[in-house]
Amino acid sequence: MTMIELRDIKKVFNAGRPNEFTALYGVSLDIDGGGLTVLKGPSGSGKTTLLSILGCMARPTAGRVLFQDQELTSLPERFLAAIRRQAFGFIFQQFNLIKGLTALENVMIPAYPNGEKRFRIEGRASNLLDAFSLKHKALSNIEWLSGGEAQRVAIARALINDPAVIIADEPTAHLDSRLSREFMEAMLRLKGQGRTVLIASHDPIVYEAAGVERVIEMRDGMVINEAGAA
Amino acid sequence: MIDKQRNIIDFTLAALLRRKGKNAALLVSYTLVVALLASVMLLTQALRREAGLVLQDSPEMVVQKLVAGRYDLIPLEYRDKIAAIMGVSSVVGRLWGYYYDAGVGANYTIMAPTDSSIAQGAITIGEGIARTRKIGVGDLFPLLGADGQTKLYQVSRLLSSESSLVSADLLLMAEDDFRALFNIPSHLVTDLVLSVGNPSELATIVRKITEALPDTRPVIREDVARTYDALFSWRSGILLVILFSVVLSFLIFAWDKASGLSAEERHEIGILKALGWDTSDVLFMKFWEGMAISFSSFMTGVLLAYIHVFFTSSALFQPVLKGWSVLYPDFRLVPFISPYQIVTLFFLTVVPYTVATIIPAWRAATIDPDAVMRA
Repeated sequence: MTMIELRDIKKVFNAGRPNEFTALYGVSLDIDGGGLTVLKGPSGSGKTTLLSILGCMARPTAGRVLFQDQELTSLPERFLAAIRRQAFGFIFQQFNLIKGLTALENVMIPAYPNGEKRFRIEGRASNLLDAFSLKHKALSNIEWLSGGEAQRVAIARALINDPAVIIADEPTAHLDSRLSREFMEAMLRLKGQGRTVLIASHDPIVYEAAGVERVIEMRDGMVINEAGAA
Repeated sequence: MIDKQRNIIDFTLAALLRRKGKNAALLVSYTLVVALLASVMLLTQALRREAGLVLQDSPEMVVQKLVAGRYDLIPLEYRDKIAAIMGVSSVVGRLWGYYYDAGVGANYTIMAPTDSSIAQGAITIGEGIARTRKIGVGDLFPLLGADGQTKLYQVSRLLSSESSLVSADLLLMAEDDFRALFNIPSHLVTDLVLSVGNPSELATIVRKITEALPDTRPVIREDVARTYDALFSWRSGILLVILFSVVLSFLIFAWDKASGLSAEERHEIGILKALGWDTSDVLFMKFWEGMAISFSSFMTGVLLAYIHVFFTSSALFQPVLKGWSVLYPDFRLVPFISPYQIVTLFFLTVVPYTVATIIPAWRAATIDPDAVMRA
């Protein structure tokens, strides 16, 4: 069943200015629920821009985005923020954890605007850290964690609101091969839980990993090739 | 909604604690500025109130004689003329003046009570004089008379310190001693004190006195109150001008801290937005941040000012705000806080700072959340 539909998506940055730049040229794509899809391509191919639009972080300049048959393109910002918070979990290239805060506090951040009781959020965050073998690091500041630990905190943070879709942008760019494989194992587990996983990467460990159902190859803002499971 | 705000406040406090040194410096300087401003306001208000209480017991009207526009001694025959005016209940002549004590460089106020309560050769002094001259009951006190001769008086009593704001520099002596000291003939007094049966007749009585005795000037209590008020406003004005430079430098510092978002703070706002925080959530966070700093500084500053003014007798700026006499009374003001002043101070300190925190955050909060992906 189609979870996300992109129809003729175009994205132009700095429109009308001398530095105008078109990142996407009419991309159309259907993403089914429950699969693991990788957007593959070199830097500047439009992967990250496409992920941003898929995850309600940016609006397309033209085209339509539908999430579970709901048109998102014209929604006001606060509705988009709510959908982004509830339906999507994000893992960024440099994890984007907030320095000076503990692992536990970082994991809790996406749940703060939900209006839940703090102890509930804290309970969920503790369980997630426990699931990623990080319970003993819950009260450690983020900058004291190793690369692998920070990565797992970032994954735990993406899961705090129990989202249907996990979006990861170049998650292995700063990881060694062992940690990259561990990351992919974690993604496969999430897929196994029924979540939809979307990863943008040009790392072979990611797009050649077992369990990846779909690899969409991009270049110059367009989809140039699409392949099934590796 | 409440839980959401509580969560945002929790996050804000945790975020503030990360920059302990910077925020502590801001908190301390903010608190000091509020404490100084609040001290001026509290002290001026308390003095004004104290002066008002003193004036309550002061005569309804005082009549002075003027010669060539200058204040002069008034003949006692004027007393009888004024007493004959309808509506005047009583007229009493007063003898009082100032005495400069070159030994300690202080001015005393010398009065001769009309009730003959002080024996000749005896004096009663205020605690300021006793303290400065290091004398007490039974000691002899020399005063230089108008004839150039030094006269000795024995201290028979000290004035209670309860009334020290008014009486610190006061010296009371017998009428004959007063006249002898200053060489004042027996038919003259310093001024006349009137009491009036019906206060609504004051204006009429003033008019009748000036018609009957054109060389006099009647001064009613409200005039004195107005002068006091202007005096305290002027003095607090001076202090505020001095404080202005301190306040200004603080404002520049605070504005810079509050309004200039660092690249790191912008990046963090981007992360929060990417993780599903709405623009309003970010603005609430910045609002609570501004409130946490400015409100706690405000409360601490007001508390410090209260202690400074009412428990240390405004040790920092007593010299500017009190009377012209050098004998500063060692007294404590009655604690009094005007809600109007606190609200004014709140709007002058907390509100601008909070606004200065929110506006730049609003600019940062409206950026697209995908900026963090592209960074």
